Amino acid sequence: MSSWLDYTINGLIVGNVYALVAVGLALIFGVSRLINFAQGSIYLVGAYIGWVAVVQLHTPLPLTIIFVAMVAALVGLIIERFGLRPLQNSVRIAPLLATIGISFVLDQLVMLTFSPNPRALPSQLPDVRFQVGGGTIGPLDLLIAGVGISSALLLFVFLRYSKLGWAVRAASQDRDAAMQMGVDVNRVNQAVFGIAAALGGVSGLLVGMYYNQIDTAMSLQATLKGVVAEVVGGAGNVPGAVVGSLLLGLVESYGVAVFGTSYRNLFAFLLLVVVLVLRPNGLFASARQAPPEPLTGTFIAPSRPVRIPRWALWVAVAVFGVLPMLPVSFYVLQTLINAWLLGMLALSLTLVAGTIGQVSLGHAALLAIGAYTSALLSLTLSVPVGLAIIAGGLMSAALGTILISPSFRLRGHYVSIATLAIGEIVSLVILNWESVTRGPIGISGIPPLSLFGYELTSPTSVYWFSFAVMVLLALLQARLLSSHLGRSFRAIRDDDIAARAYGLSLNRYKSLAFIFGGFAAGVSGGIAAHLYSYINHETFNTQQSILALTVVILGGLGNVVGAVVGAVALVGLPEVFRIAAEYRILIYGIVLLLLVRFRPQGLLGTI
Amino acid sequence: MAEAHAPLLSLRGLTRRFGGLTAVDGIDLDLAKGGLVSIIGPNGAGKTTLFNLVTGLDRPDAGTVSLEGKDVTGLSPERLAAQGIARTFQLGRVFGNLSVMDNVLIGAHTRLRAVKPAVPVIGPLLELGLALLRSSSVKAEEEGLREEVKAILSRFGERLLPRIDQPAYSLSYANRRRVEIARALALKPRLLLLDEPTAGMNPSETAEMQGLVAELKAEGLTILLIEHKLEMVMRLSDRVIVMDEGQKIAEGPGEEVRNDPKVVEAYLGHGLSGTAEQESAA
Ligand SMILES: Nc1ncnc2c1ncn2[C@@H]1O[C@H](COP(=O)(O)OP(=O)(O)OP(=O)(O)O)[C@@H](O)[C@H]1O
Ligand SMILES: [Mg+2]
Repeated sequence: MSSWLDYTINGLIVGNVYALVAVGLALIFGVSRLINFAQGSIYLVGAYIGWVAVVQLHTPLPLTIIFVAMVAALVGLIIERFGLRPLQNSVRIAPLLATIGISFVLDQLVMLTFSPNPRALPSQLPDVRFQVGGGTIGPLDLLIAGVGISSALLLFVFLRYSKLGWAVRAASQDRDAAMQMGVDVNRVNQAVFGIAAALGGVSGLLVGMYYNQIDTAMSLQATLKGVVAEVVGGAGNVPGAVVGSLLLGLVESYGVAVFGTSYRNLFAFLLLVVVLVLRPNGLFASARQAPPEPLTGTFIAPSRPVRIPRWALWVAVAVFGVLPMLPVSFYVLQTLINAWLLGMLALSLTLVAGTIGQVSLGHAALLAIGAYTSALLSLTLSVPVGLAIIAGGLMSAALGTILISPSFRLRGHYVSIATLAIGEIVSLVILNWESVTRGPIGISGIPPLSLFGYELTSPTSVYWFSFAVMVLLALLQARLLSSHLGRSFRAIRDDDIAARAYGLSLNRYKSLAFIFGGFAAGVSGGIAAHLYSYINHETFNTQQSILALTVVILGGLGNVVGAVVGAVALVGLPEVFRIAAEYRILIYGIVLLLLVRFRPQGLLGTI
Repeated sequence: MAEAHAPLLSLRGLTRRFGGLTAVDGIDLDLAKGGLVSIIGPNGAGKTTLFNLVTGLDRPDAGTVSLEGKDVTGLSPERLAAQGIARTFQLGRVFGNLSVMDNVLIGAHTRLRAVKPAVPVIGPLLELGLALLRSSSVKAEEEGLREEVKAILSRFGERLLPRIDQPAYSLSYANRRRVEIARALALKPRLLLLDEPTAGMNPSETAEMQGLVAELKAEGLTILLIEHKLEMVMRLSDRVIVMDEGQKIAEGPGEEVRNDPKVVEAYLGHGLSGTAEQESAA
């Protein structure tokens, strides 16, 4: 690559692609105040449908585009009809979780159908480049620009001059008023999801052609980039989304020019965090003052938690405690060790997402911080493993809280976006900060678990150790919840405005929740590092964050016992039914969807 | 420092604009310790916005709020709560998933010893430590507060006490409003702001609420009341302030204000067109 002009052209082209995703997100946010986390999955579907069309059906380019747009729109309509419409009257967290679940299901279906290996997606265009000023431009660049501009024009005409477009605009200005005036909200939602999906699908196709490669990891990246662009432009603001996308494309492109390719995403997410903190309503915020959220206490489902008598809990602890002395297989112990580790993470997340209502999608970052701290301390400074794990927990508590603190002033869906981005930032920093983290090579040869000088190498001792730590953390958390902090956290979750009016500082209590939760997650990550003996920047990924969220919802938000039960169920049941590994994520996604739809309070109830 | 005879609450030129609309327009108000002043006015007059400015949930564009002569303009709601300002909300803002007991205990939050040290970082960590260790003094404090909550709830007869462990979302509308008042009382406020405490209540419930407010006043509590039910306003208030379109259009003893032609006009003028206007503005 050479000139600045090249980087500018590249930035604008990539920005154009982001715009196709972001405009869809903005349309959906406009009418239903929902951030559609499944948008990237539709983009993924678009790319693979495009591959089928180009490589197997040999369709000409215009037909490919139309085909992709139609199939993607169909997927969007199905999502709207079966995934979201049934949740119209449920709590605010429900559609958010549903789109997360849908996204996992779609990604896994694509992965199972096409295998996770990357594929080449030829662009069907002649490979020539024209000299423009000091840079070059190819036919594909022109195509992307053309598709971007004509989609924008079509959308403008639709919104401006058609009756349905008018209804969409009315609904996004004031949904209730629009309904009173006879606007059919379901039809509006359908239109919006159809359009958003068509644009997203075409975007996936074009990106696949641009890089001549598609793979299943594209989905999450696309969602993130689209959300960044949309939030930068102001959530729900369609022209803002276009400008935000171009800006994002340019920032990334110049960032790559100066610092190198591996920093591309870091710039995107830093831009997001900066905008969220400084201008949460976007760079071009309209005069709207109050955040467009319902006023009070409807974020989580009200429920009466299932009361489990204390003695039953102690009996359960005793049974699991003596389990290794019974003739059980190594395999069972191994499975349960995984469950206990996941249980610690779920305890942490159920406090943060359930008790104080900050639905974090980047929780795996806390695992990573704990794991790296513990691994590096024991390897480079020969700190005893037990102490190193505790240090990992403390580091995760401190650093995690500081990193997440920019999101404390955000509410609802914005918290999820911010935590997702912060989680990505952590993993990118780990990847790029080679002098400390050893970058992409990862850390190998991490010493095994040991306690007071005794190595815990037998499965039985590892089992006891992890089980004891988890029970200890659960007891501490139960104690916390029964103190004044428990009710303060829950009050903030139920109504942060009333909570502030009664003297509860949001920063203070959200920090305390993250400190406590960060410790549990960091300890879990630390133990995992010594168990695995090798970790890298991908060991603790978004899939684990989502898995933990599913566990937490399954058990009941804020429910300590529920978090452990959920972890055992989600780790154990696939083993019991011998479900192959590649189907598990799919199952988790489906479980999440079913829960949201039929039992939003989880098995044991929200506390 | 506090001047000797400064009124408990004093507003000067308080103003809040939303775009082109001036919701609160240069309001002056003095409320003496132990007094009860009512604010009335048609829908959209700016009464709730005024409450938000006094309690820190919103910031004024101009003007000052002072408490016993001390300027508290623009302080955060948390700080103002710690200064002894408690309020209820017009539409009701109880903590739905918390029990009645916990809702009211939140009212006492600012009085907890654990939250007192305002040192950054150390203060919150100490609070976490106290919550986990739970020494006997912490337990005793919590026990004492629970007893206090029961005493406050007993002011509402048998309405709330039998439901003390039920989550607030399961309560009737009127009971939720009572929980809000109980929560405000648990703060031991210097100044209590009630935003339409009888909205949506039937006549006998209204009478009950009126009795309670009269009792609180007799006990010496300083109260600022927003209320549409004029009967109640006339009975309770030392003084009545009438707002319309953000401005104070009349002030004085209840009977005097009631017969003021400007007030009659504001009510008639808006009483009919007010609802229609609100709908189209929404
Ligand atoms: N956050 C806000 N943004 C924009 N306008 C607002 C906001 N809050 C209030 N307003 C407007 O300010 C005006 C005053 O509203 P306010 O709620 O204070 O009236 P009120 O006197 O309490 O009315 P009511 O008797 O109906 O409760 C209204 O026109 C309202 O629409
Ligand atoms: Mg009001």
